[in-house]
Formats: sequence, C-alpha cells, structure tokens
Amino acid sequence: MTTEPQTPAIEVEALDKRFGPIHAVRNVSFSVRRGEVLGFLGPNGAGKSTTMKMITGFLEPTSGTVRVNGHDVATDPVAVKAAIGYLPEGAPVYAEMTVSRFLDFVAEVRGLSGVGKQARIAEIVRQIRLESVVEQTVDTLSKGFKRRVGMAQALLHDPEVLIMDEPTDGLDPNQKHEVRSLIKAMAAEKAIVISTHILEEVDAVCTRAIIIAAGQLLFDGAPAELRAQSERGEYDDAFRKLTTQFYAREGTSDQS
Amino acid sequence: MIMGNNINAIFKRELHGYFSTPVAYVFIVVFLFLTGIFSFYIGAFYERGQADLEPFFRFHPWLYLFLIPAIAMRLWSEERKTGTIELLMTLPVTTADAVLGKFLAAWCFTAIALSLTFPMWLTVNYLGEPDNAVILASYLGSLLMAGGYLAVGACVSALSKSQVIAFVISVVVCFLFILSGFPLVLDFFRGWAPQALVEAVSSLSFLTHFDSIQKGVIDLRDLIYYLVFISFWLYANVAIVDARKAA
Repeated sequence: MTTEPQTPAIEVEALDKRFGPIHAVRNVSFSVRRGEVLGFLGPNGAGKSTTMKMITGFLEPTSGTVRVNGHDVATDPVAVKAAIGYLPEGAPVYAEMTVSRFLDFVAEVRGLSGVGKQARIAEIVRQIRLESVVEQTVDTLSKGFKRRVGMAQALLHDPEVLIMDEPTDGLDPNQKHEVRSLIKAMAAEKAIVISTHILEEVDAVCTRAIIIAAGQLLFDGAPAELRAQSERGEYDDAFRKLTTQFYAREGTSDQS
Repeated sequence: MIMGNNINAIFKRELHGYFSTPVAYVFIVVFLFLTGIFSFYIGAFYERGQADLEPFFRFHPWLYLFLIPAIAMRLWSEERKTGTIELLMTLPVTTADAVLGKFLAAWCFTAIALSLTFPMWLTVNYLGEPDNAVILASYLGSLLMAGGYLAVGACVSALSKSQVIAFVISVVVCFLFILSGFPLVLDFFRGWAPQALVEAVSSLSFLTHFDSIQKGVIDLRDLIYYLVFISFWLYANVAIVDARKAA
C-alpha cells in the first residue's frame, strides 16, 4: 500500500513504442488522478498521439504497462475502453451517418438501451449544443460541429477518464473557449488528459503539464513550475528552453 | 438470432451503412441485371425448355467473383482510410465482435440482393412445374458460397487502406478457389501428385461444393466445407486486425 489517498485513474509505467526503426515513445511514466487535468505538450511528432493511442488500447506498446482504474489494458482491454471516453486526433466520425444515428450506435455499444439511452443522448446533445444538426449527416457538418460530435461521442457514457487528442485544433476562438469551458466544468470528478501544442491552453484548463519530445518525458509538474523555467515567466520561453536544450543534448534537431 | 449486444450494434450500423450510400442500390441493380442477362441469353433459359433454374444459378460463382469483393472491400479499408477504425477499436468491443458484426451485415445484405431475384422463381413456376426443393437448395448453396467470398474479401480488406487493392487481391484469391476444381489446375497436379493431393485441391473449390448443392443434394460435407471456410477467413481477419495494433 502506498500513502497516496487514492489509486490514480491512469497509471503509465515505462511505456515504450517502436515502429520498425522509429523509436516513437521511450520509457515514459506518469499517472493521473481524478480531479486533475493533464496537459500533454510537445513538438509535432513527439509521441503525444502514440502515447494516447496506447492508453486507449488502440495500439499495443512494445513494452511497459498502462492501467486505467486498476485494469491493465493488455489483459483487460474491454474494461479499460469502457472506462475511457476518447476523442481521437481529427475527431473521426462515420461520414454517412446522421448525428443522432451515430450517437445511438455509440450509446448501444456503450451498453445503454431503451429510455435511459434516449434520455442520455438528448442530454448530451443539449450539453454540447448539437440540437440544430442532429438529423444532418456528418459529412455535411462544419469542422467545429464535427469536433463537437466527436466530443459528444466521448462523453456519452459519462466516463471517469477522458482522453482528448488536440480537442481545440482547427477551431475558431469562440469554439476554443467553449471546449475549454466544457473541460473545466467536468474537471472536478474526472481524470482528464488533453494533448495540445497551444501553450496558453495549459494556463486556461490544466492543473498539470507534461512535456515530451522525441518520445521522452522532459517535464512533469504544475503549470506554474513550467513557467518558472523561463526568466520572463512565459510558457513559450520555457517550452523552447526545455526542448532546445534537449535536442542540443541529443545532438539532433530532427522533430519529425 | 441471438447475438451479443455489441455485435448487434455493429451489425445494424454496417447494414444501414450500405443503404445510406448509393452502394446498395447500385449493387442490387447490377446484380439483378446481370443475373437476368446471364440466365436468359448465355444460359438459354427459354431455349432449353426445362423447368429449372440451372441457367440462373450456374453463373453465380462468376458473378460473385466480381460483385462480392466489391461489397467486402469497404469493410475495413474504409475505416482505416478515414480513421474511424480508431473510434471503433477504442469502443468497448472485442476484435471478434467487430469482425463478426461486419461480416454478418455484409452477408445479410447479399441475402437481401439474392432474395430480390424471386421473379426468376415466379417465372419458372409460371412456365412449368420445377422441383422447388432443388431451387431452395440452390439458393442456400448460393448464399453459403457468397459467405465464403465475403469472408475472403473482409479478411483481405483488413490488409490495406486502399479499397482498390483490397478488391483486386480478393478477386484473385477467390478466382484461385474457383479454379482449383477445374481440369486446368487439376491436370497440372495429376501428372505427378498423389491422388489424395489432387482430391484435396479439388475439394477446396467453391465450384465442387456449389455444384452438388445446386443439384439439390444437401450433403453435410458441403455445408461443413463452407462453414469451416468462412470461419477460417474470419479467424484470419481477427488475427490481422489484432496484428495491426502491435505494428
């Protein structure tokens, strides 16, 4: 037994992933508790999405373990997937389906049925403000609405763990603000991980930040600690300092 | 039919997916049109003067060779291309649920297309007195054979993002399984291989098994052949989808 008050909702231990010759994620460990909003930062191609895909069970790690609510994703993937709401990068949704039919499909797979299912779909449609498009097919929707459909899908079963890969990418400032408000409203009772390369987002919603570059963990701490890394107290400076120092040490500037 | 909740949800989504795009309608029209042409012109349905549907069923293996891979090619390739596979495989479903749900939906769709050929059956009953038991057996055989083609197509579709590649490879694999009952292939083996091997190769053919069912003989071995064949390819389909996770 540890002295911690509760077991973390997400525990990632020594996670490692190779795609052939590419070493995408290297020995990454961290954990997330309920009530925390973890901002996952890093240059493009740093391994953020790959790490998220391994937590959600879409990819198998080369080595290392992931536990969500105590369930190991390698041995009990269905339990892990049931506990997680996941918004993949780019929010893919079946293009030929209407929004209501799509949410109905996800709800059924999530084990909802009958009156409870209808009530829950109606509630989430109201919460995410999809009322005006529920009978439209997804391929006719704007990018902002598509993203919201993806969020509705991830929140449908009121998951304890929410993982969102670049939830505000490509949205206009109003939409970004809405998404951030939504995340803040849910933060108290869930464990939330969002990836982003917009550093202000850390300030806006996150209680903790992690920086990874070239698959390695460079920083894990509170947003204030991250800002303290820079003389001017700016996230951009701190981020640049940490990552350029790292690349200088590694003797590479290859960020692809 | 009793199915798991997840399989059922995926089945419904996939089946509805066929009808919410032009795919279903184009397929059904082309299928009905071609079966008509083949039966009446090439199969000489009238000229033979026999009250049966042999000219109709005779061409099914060849029609399916091109039409079924066209239905199956989208099953996994499209999900991979559009990225929805990440959505599907992070829902609390097992790979086997997804494979079965998709396969059954595609099979159900072919059953719908096949059942819409009922005017052929009405015609032959109007013109003469066919053996309807034989016709029923032929329909069953045709549906089983379609299931075999579909299982191959679904499995191959999991290999590639490209629907065109999935289509072409499926056609080639299915073609080999048709050909293995023909003298063209069997003569090649007869020259040197033991009789048992020749028979084994021959027994893998869609045609050998379809022909006997089509004659009205429902042999348990033919049923088992198709069910084992379908199970094998679906099992391979699950293995391929799982292997992609570790890639």
